Amino acid sequence: MTLGTLGRAAITAFFCLFVLFLYGPTLTIVVLSFQGPDGGLTFPMNGVSLHWFARLFEPQAVGDFGGALRRSLLLAMIVMVVTVVISLAAGLAFRRRFIGAGALFTLTIASLIIPSILVSLGIGLLFNLTGLDPAWYSSALGAQLTWTLPFGLLIMFAVFNRFDRAWEEAAMDLGASPWQRFRHVVLPIIAPSVVGVALFGFTLSYDEFARTLLTAGSDNTLPLEIFGMTTNVTTPVLYALGTVTTGLSFLAIGAALMTMATLRRAATVRPSGSTPLADQTDSQAQIPPVRQ
Amino acid sequence: MKASYLQAAPLALILGAFLLLPMVALIVVSFFDYDSVQIIPGFVLTNYQDVLGSSVTWRTYLNTLRFTAIVWAVTLLVGFWVSFYLAFVVRSRVTQLVLFLVCTIPFLTSNIIRMISWVPFLGREGLLNTALLRLGLIRSPLEFLLFSDFAVVLAYVHLYTLFMVTPIFNTMMRIDRRFIEAAIDGGARPWQVIAYVVVPLSKPGIAIGSIFVVTLVMGDFITVRLMSGGQSASVGLMIANQISLLQYPAACANAVVLLAVVLLMIATILRIVDIRKEL
Repeated sequence: MTLGTLGRAAITAFFCLFVLFLYGPTLTIVVLSFQGPDGGLTFPMNGVSLHWFARLFEPQAVGDFGGALRRSLLLAMIVMVVTVVISLAAGLAFRRRFIGAGALFTLTIASLIIPSILVSLGIGLLFNLTGLDPAWYSSALGAQLTWTLPFGLLIMFAVFNRFDRAWEEAAMDLGASPWQRFRHVVLPIIAPSVVGVALFGFTLSYDEFARTLLTAGSDNTLPLEIFGMTTNVTTPVLYALGTVTTGLSFLAIGAALMTMATLRRAATVRPSGSTPLADQTDSQAQIPPVRQ
Repeated sequence: MKASYLQAAPLALILGAFLLLPMVALIVVSFFDYDSVQIIPGFVLTNYQDVLGSSVTWRTYLNTLRFTAIVWAVTLLVGFWVSFYLAFVVRSRVTQLVLFLVCTIPFLTSNIIRMISWVPFLGREGLLNTALLRLGLIRSPLEFLLFSDFAVVLAYVHLYTLFMVTPIFNTMMRIDRRFIEAAIDGGARPWQVIAYVVVPLSKPGIAIGSIFVVTLVMGDFITVRLMSGGQSASVGLMIANQISLLQYPAACANAVVLLAVVLLMIATILRIVDIRKEL
């Protein structure tokens, strides 16, 4: 759009400020987590050390950091796998009309929109009323799925809206069974987006707080442990924890982005400038490797 | 086709068990009686009478609605211009994707850590106060920066603007560029193009973003608790407090009222803007 040089400069500056606003605070605590042993919660830096990271692994400093981290990572893995499988299956289902499709879609959106504390409270009560013990691998797993599945399904919707059915039809004409069409045609094309769903499942579970609060039972997940610390820990050990957990999130994001790039390259015979934002014309330039 | 039912069944089962049934439990328990030691199954309306008859409830709703209105306005303004920049100012598809990812990545990190990370910036001896003192702009540290309503709104904007950016950006990317060219050819100035072409065509995205932000702020309790330092209240926090006092039926009645209010707000937004084209 012809905004003029001044307009473009102004809006570019605004965007840069927004990015600074997004990342600035996190960078601040990453720097502060390397405080010297006598350093406090704010600047100036009182020397540079790994003291607070070492403290993190001493049992008395933080509640049960190791246990909470292990539980959170394991739960995030389970949520990731379940989210991928169920969103993918539901995404495939929604490509055709079926009775109850509208109701199921409404329910999925409701799952995203109903305040988290109500979901947490409701599941807690349900387990209470039925005499079941809430635990991170049962009630908290279900609670987190109500948060990750809508995102997974919405991503699958976006993918299948852009999906060119000609590839499947070609495979059908060549005699491929429904499973072969899925395994050798559909899956390779949508694989990068499936990794995206996995990333959402993993990170949203790993950082989930409100829906886990009343459903985790007696063993805390990491965000619950961190929340407990905010009220009674007044040393940079809190920042060290922030740095470690944010670092783990970035690791997951990096791994997912790299996998997506690799899969995209593998699915593209001709190197075309296609991106996930690519429109119909771009996706037609992608040639899926049809074996058989 | 039978396959569709099999494929959709797991989603339906999980949402049925962990969303639908819990909401039913919530409604049922909201009619239960309770005393200081236990919950007594029954059918009483006292919980609702307590909730609706208490001036604390009304004040808390007013405060929560005030937060929601401010945060909605700020995230809409910021989200619109960020999306506009990504969709119309950035030309290359790759740059667009990379910058959009840059905006998305913080969403995939811990909300609690992102809130805590404001402490060294806003605190009494934080970066902002230190800088302002050194510049001589203030004589004593500003107290309202941290543990205040200001801090709560700032954290909301920090956490939730992405929920505005994503749907608005998505809608803007679908605007036929020929409309804009036609407007320019017709002599429209840039602000006229924005006001009469881009904004009206972005309305579905704005509506979806608004639904996200409104429901997230209306139901929040953790941001208010952490960032206000116990000085401010929200409906979610009121419910969380009742839960910690084990007053489950009261919390449930409160929750049902909140749910009704939130659904009413969504219905209002959907009445104003038709989002079906986006789905």
